[in-house]
Amino acid sequence: MAGLHLPSALDLARSQFAFVVIWHFLYPAFTIGLASFLAVLEALWLSTKKTLFLDTFQYWLRIFAVVFAMGVVSGLVMSYQFGTNWSVFSDKVGPVIGPFLGYEVLTAFFLEAGFLGVMLFGLKRVGPKLHFMATCLVAVGTLVSTFWILAANSWMQTPDGFGRTADGRFFPTSWVKALFNPSFPYRYAHTVVAAYLTTALVVGAVGAFHLLKDKTNPRARLMFSMAMWMAVVIGPLQIVLGDLHGVNSYHYQPTKVAAMEGQFDTEQGASALMFGWPDAKAGETRLALGVPKLASLYLTHNANAVVEGLKAYPRSTWPTNIPLVFFAFRIMVGLGVLIVLLGVTGLVLRWRGRLYDSRLFQRFAVAMGPAGFLAVTAGWIVTEAGRQPFTVYGLLRTADSVGPVAAPAVAASLVAFVVVYVVVFGSGMAFTAHLFGQTPGPHDPGPPADEPIRTAGITPAAPLSGAPQQTQAPKTQGQETRS
Amino acid sequence: MSLALPLIWAVLIAVAVFAYVVLDGFDLGVGILFPAVHGRHERDVMVNSVAPVWDGNETWLVLGGGGLFAVFPLAYAILLPALYMPLTIMLLALIFRGVAFEMRFRARHDREQRRWDRSFMGGSYVAAFSQGIALGAFVQGIRVSGRAYAGGWWDWLTPFSLMTGLALVAGYGLLGACWLIWKTEGELQDRFRHLAARLAWATLAFIGAVSLAMLFLSAPFRARWLVLPRAAGAALAPLVLLALAWLLFAALKQRRDLAPFLYALGVFLLTYIGLGVSLWPMMVPPGVAIAAAAAPPATQAFLLWGASVLIPIILIYTGYVYWLFRGKVQVGVGRH
Repeated sequence: MAGLHLPSALDLARSQFAFVVIWHFLYPAFTIGLASFLAVLEALWLSTKKTLFLDTFQYWLRIFAVVFAMGVVSGLVMSYQFGTNWSVFSDKVGPVIGPFLGYEVLTAFFLEAGFLGVMLFGLKRVGPKLHFMATCLVAVGTLVSTFWILAANSWMQTPDGFGRTADGRFFPTSWVKALFNPSFPYRYAHTVVAAYLTTALVVGAVGAFHLLKDKTNPRARLMFSMAMWMAVVIGPLQIVLGDLHGVNSYHYQPTKVAAMEGQFDTEQGASALMFGWPDAKAGETRLALGVPKLASLYLTHNANAVVEGLKAYPRSTWPTNIPLVFFAFRIMVGLGVLIVLLGVTGLVLRWRGRLYDSRLFQRFAVAMGPAGFLAVTAGWIVTEAGRQPFTVYGLLRTADSVGPVAAPAVAASLVAFVVVYVVVFGSGMAFTAHLFGQTPGPHDPGPPADEPIRTAGITPAAPLSGAPQQTQAPKTQGQETRS
Repeated sequence: MSLALPLIWAVLIAVAVFAYVVLDGFDLGVGILFPAVHGRHERDVMVNSVAPVWDGNETWLVLGGGGLFAVFPLAYAILLPALYMPLTIMLLALIFRGVAFEMRFRARHDREQRRWDRSFMGGSYVAAFSQGIALGAFVQGIRVSGRAYAGGWWDWLTPFSLMTGLALVAGYGLLGACWLIWKTEGELQDRFRHLAARLAWATLAFIGAVSLAMLFLSAPFRARWLVLPRAAGAALAPLVLLALAWLLFAALKQRRDLAPFLYALGVFLLTYIGLGVSLWPMMVPPGVAIAAAAAPPATQAFLLWGASVLIPIILIYTGYVYWLFRGKVQVGVGRH
């Protein structure tokens, strides 16, 4: 065993959290936008009565059902992760951020779960108007859910409105300050727009994929067109929001931003690095290739301003994996630029009347399908790995947050999570890909769930006794009266 | 006032956990009954009976977890490491089940369908069994030092916890069978009546066995249930249980639709209250009391405002969804 370095319970707990949270967020990143997209499609159907919108709605509803289910069960895991591996953190921080998670369940989780059933199975039962309301409630639920989760996350980044007991536990002093902590508005806007973009890119890729097979398919044209509008409108908006978020981070989390920039020395007119290899040991970024003064410009909006480097802070407060933060940031920004390029090209083609004709552009859109997932994942890595070595920035160290569970237990559960996620969610995702491949046709039946229950149409709880089966079934007393 | 908040929250968390136990109990029970029903259409009916509501049912578990984190962070911080393995296994089982729910209807061929059916069934069994184990380990007591769990990662595994694990599988099976009596008709309904009677016997036997085992294992439990004058009141519990059991069997015999489900809920409620009485006033037995585990009053008050407005609203729309999908589910004309 000599020389074999076994990972500590802390490392394993971090890996486990990173694994389950990254995997989990893939689902909300897609369903937050998809729920809103579905609400818009249903609104268009209700106001125009064109079946084109209903068919497209049904096509995406089928996908939504599968993805949402995976989001729910992977989210269930998250609500226990804080306790299983990070129990000391929970004990110390629960009094401040615990209620945010509690409110998430009360305001959003129940709403989504309750009305999802109506959304998936209820069109024939409740009629279009109530069904539309259910769709809207699910869509609002996803946004409210994001609100609370990001409030909790932002508090860990830029804590406010709290006091501390002698033994280091946090307690609330102002809920308004804790909830609307300094980074929250930026993070919320940036994340919601990221989710919308992720959905737009998937919808656009699926639309493009089917246009490549048949450019006259009206449903494929509709989804492609709507997605390209989204890309051109909110793609650039996201760059602006990202910049504002960065300025905010620079103010409140300077070590994170310095790691993102690969900036070790404090510099006037700091350059933005296009490439480099940050070497924390040596305290410098090797092979640096940058644009002079650009970092100063976007961090302070003044090209000649001084930008603090990591060396301005004690080494013990530097993020533990600086190259990870540095490269994840570049991947996120690079993808952001590609997304804007996609949106702008789409706009130009549309203007020239060639949006549905350019096969090259459609292939580009297909290739960009996963870009949103990659970008949000990279973004989360930037913000979470950049927060290290703290769980509550500057106040509570990650090493002091981990629970008392033995390393073999954490390792065993990590392996179990990886295996189960790959097998179960892997087949779920393979199935989702199969659904993407199905051509969106007219009279889409929607989820198999929505097959007509009976011809009685939209009457709530329509008569069941007329159904052909089981006519000889003994009628029992106390059977419900049916309308 | 300082004690009122923790008490209110202890009751609310207990209610949320109970809501979870009975709601997800019957839909886990549907999976537990899978081995007794083989036909594809029959299984479709079973799953259809819970398809629109299972998601909301499971949300009570998130409320239990999230609520505990917020208002009793110390209890959360002790219990989750202590029950690390059974809870992790439970979560993984619920993943299998949750995904199988959506996927079994979309299976492209029979083999795939059977695979998802097995996931659904296995997930239901393992989730119920590990919840029962967690319950048993919790009741037996958690070793604590300072503000943290002080035991090992296999402490939860005892003969007693294995028994409570089996007990919960039988109990959920009973709830599932009674739910399906309510939601089905004809030959299928008869089959569930038959199964419900067997599972009721098993559940009652387990309740008896677990209660006896606790008398041997726990001195505080003996003091609460056997020493006069308290024992006089305590003697009521077994009597009420027997009365409920008699009503349940009578309702099954009379071929009633809804009544067996209600009496089964009654059995669960009574057992749950008995458990609460046994543990009172501990949040984490044997040593962490409700008041000691509570978050600061500002935290508890903040969430209580929201809970007192939102929980009634949740109950209303959850009730609405159940009402909307009321009535029998039928073979071949399911919602899926």
